[in-house]
Amino acid sequence: MTTIFGVPTQALFGQLLLGLINGSFYAILSLGLAIIFGLLNIINFAHGALYMMGAFVAWMLLTYFGLGYWWALGLAPLVVGAFGIVLERVLIARLYKLDHLYGLLLTFGLALIIQGLFRNQYGVSGLPYAIPAELSGGQRLPFMFLPNYRAWVVVASLTVCIATWLVIEKTKLGAYLRAATENPTLVQAFGVNVPLFLTLTYGFGVALAGFAGVLAAPIYSVNPNMGADIIIVVFAVVVIGGMGSIIGSVITGFALGLVEGLTKVFYPEASATVIFVIMVLVLLVKPAGLFGRTA
Amino acid sequence: MFGRIARPVTLAALAGALTMGTAAAQTNVKIGILGDRSGAYSDISGEGSVVAAKLAVEDFKPEQHGLKVEIVSADHQNKPDVGAAIARQWYDRDAVDMITDGVTSSVALAISQVTKEKNKVFVDTGAGTADLTGPQCTPNTIHWVYDTVALANGTGGAMVKRGGNTWFFLTADYVFGQTLQRDTSAVIAKNGGKVVGSVKTPFPTSDFSSFLLQAQGSGAKVIGLANAGTDTINSIKQAGEFGITEGGQALAGLLVFSSDVHSLGTKVAQGLVLTEPFYWDLNDQTRAFSDRFAKQMKGGSKPTANHAGVYSDVLHYLKAVAELKSTADGAATVAKMKAMPTDDPLFGKGVIRADGRKIHDMYLFEVKKPAESKGEWDLYKKLETIPGDQVFRPLNEGNCPLVKG
Repeated sequence: MTTIFGVPTQALFGQLLLGLINGSFYAILSLGLAIIFGLLNIINFAHGALYMMGAFVAWMLLTYFGLGYWWALGLAPLVVGAFGIVLERVLIARLYKLDHLYGLLLTFGLALIIQGLFRNQYGVSGLPYAIPAELSGGQRLPFMFLPNYRAWVVVASLTVCIATWLVIEKTKLGAYLRAATENPTLVQAFGVNVPLFLTLTYGFGVALAGFAGVLAAPIYSVNPNMGADIIIVVFAVVVIGGMGSIIGSVITGFALGLVEGLTKVFYPEASATVIFVIMVLVLLVKPAGLFGRTA
Repeated sequence: MFGRIARPVTLAALAGALTMGTAAAQTNVKIGILGDRSGAYSDISGEGSVVAAKLAVEDFKPEQHGLKVEIVSADHQNKPDVGAAIARQWYDRDAVDMITDGVTSSVALAISQVTKEKNKVFVDTGAGTADLTGPQCTPNTIHWVYDTVALANGTGGAMVKRGGNTWFFLTADYVFGQTLQRDTSAVIAKNGGKVVGSVKTPFPTSDFSSFLLQAQGSGAKVIGLANAGTDTINSIKQAGEFGITEGGQALAGLLVFSSDVHSLGTKVAQGLVLTEPFYWDLNDQTRAFSDRFAKQMKGGSKPTANHAGVYSDVLHYLKAVAELKSTADGAATVAKMKAMPTDDPLFGKGVIRADGRKIHDMYLFEVKKPAESKGEWDLYKKLETIPGDQVFRPLNEGNCPLVKG
């Protein structure tokens, strides 16, 4: 059997594929963060908590209303998005004129409150959420056993990421959005309702987090700390990709998933830190991030 | 987080000073529940430990023994430095006499050292590392519920006897995971098995797929989970997804609490073999206690072994203090606790050894199939009772300095 640094190549393929799957979560979460930062200039620390909310909404839909996974996939992002819109209108909108730091502190506080409320109600062990029957089981590939559900995660997340990118870069709506962030006064003078645009953007950004939460529910235990565990990594991803760069966040998300996957094979103890090491290196060499534009 | 520490100290001190002047002296006792109230272990420890301690005080009826008991609690966030700082503040400033719970091995070792320095009492229920009664034992610390050696002897021994003679470990990368792997490896070797590999996973980890794939590739018959709390839950859940058990490999959850199994559900966890010293549905007494406990818990959850341990050790501690009529000398209180045999409704009769190890029976359980389970908390069936003198490490093998000579 061929080996690379003592690891069979076949095992390596498996690990790369898993890295790609984890990268899907990073990509979809960092995409939402990048959109929100790019258009609203808000460093949304509540993103992890809203991702967790997505998973909990899926669980609640099933437990209290008997609505399964596919319903949740559609409804949970709407619920989380609506919640985000309320947050934006009531609280965040007041901070646009202030320094980034205020937005960061506000959203961080919100994250702690949301997590605390869920922890108080549901404890930390987590709640069971089964993989939908259509996607249970798996494929025996030559190099690994690939659960169908994990394959679906990659497909779903890639589709959503590409669609979002297309809307923002290629449509008229996207063009308005980009213009509104460039020069809101001028765009408003043309009769475009800029505050509404920003509200909807925030709603959409956090709906992406809710969507990721539903995707995660059958894999991880649905527990109040799931967002706190992942959000710091996702922020590192956004920083490495370049704050506000939409395509950068998606590519970096998948790429860092791969790097983390490889670390888990060669030096597992470092797998929780490797992304931060890369972040430090990138910031030293390219402070605006890999895909960022320097102002 | 220090703000969370309840501080009715001045009042208590004032009350103490006033009562001291009056007739029959009343002994004030302050018990600190130092656990994880927000992190990965907070369902095992957390508020449940405070509820258990209160139930113990209620059952002891302190006023009949001339005691006045107060309970305070705090969150050590699974960080040794935070745990040690709170313990120090409690002992120095807040007149806390005894700390219990102490989940998380790294934190427990830190609290144990501070307790020795201040000559107070530390009864650990939640932490696993057997080093607490081994090389790092102190005259002020008792280890109450379980330890890594007992888990290794219980689950490890049982799995090897069932034919699982090759092992691969997923090990939480801190003192608890490492001691658990070490102690289980010793049991495997003694029973003629072999460890073919292991991987250290950062604590906490949410995605175990990569590590599970490595375990799958090793071809070992048993995958030993030397982890706890949400780490264990995630690894078991994802092992199901990757078809590990269907592929003929068995999972050995080396430290599994009933709250973990409840979270997984019997569908995912069925067939899992595990060792615990306590289960709510063991007998009439444990059921009665668990009902009282559940009434005070949000969501009506049943007590874990850790919660039962807090109840049992607070009861025993108060008995010792009532006899001594003082909490001043921690080492003397611990010596008294060791001299008195233990007896309570949850663990039955037991003893505390010279090294601080509390001895009672442990049980080998198997998680029920969904069809066998009659309710959301009906989780285990008992396979075997392992007598206390067999499941814990023999007194002379722990290298505890208190035992020599």
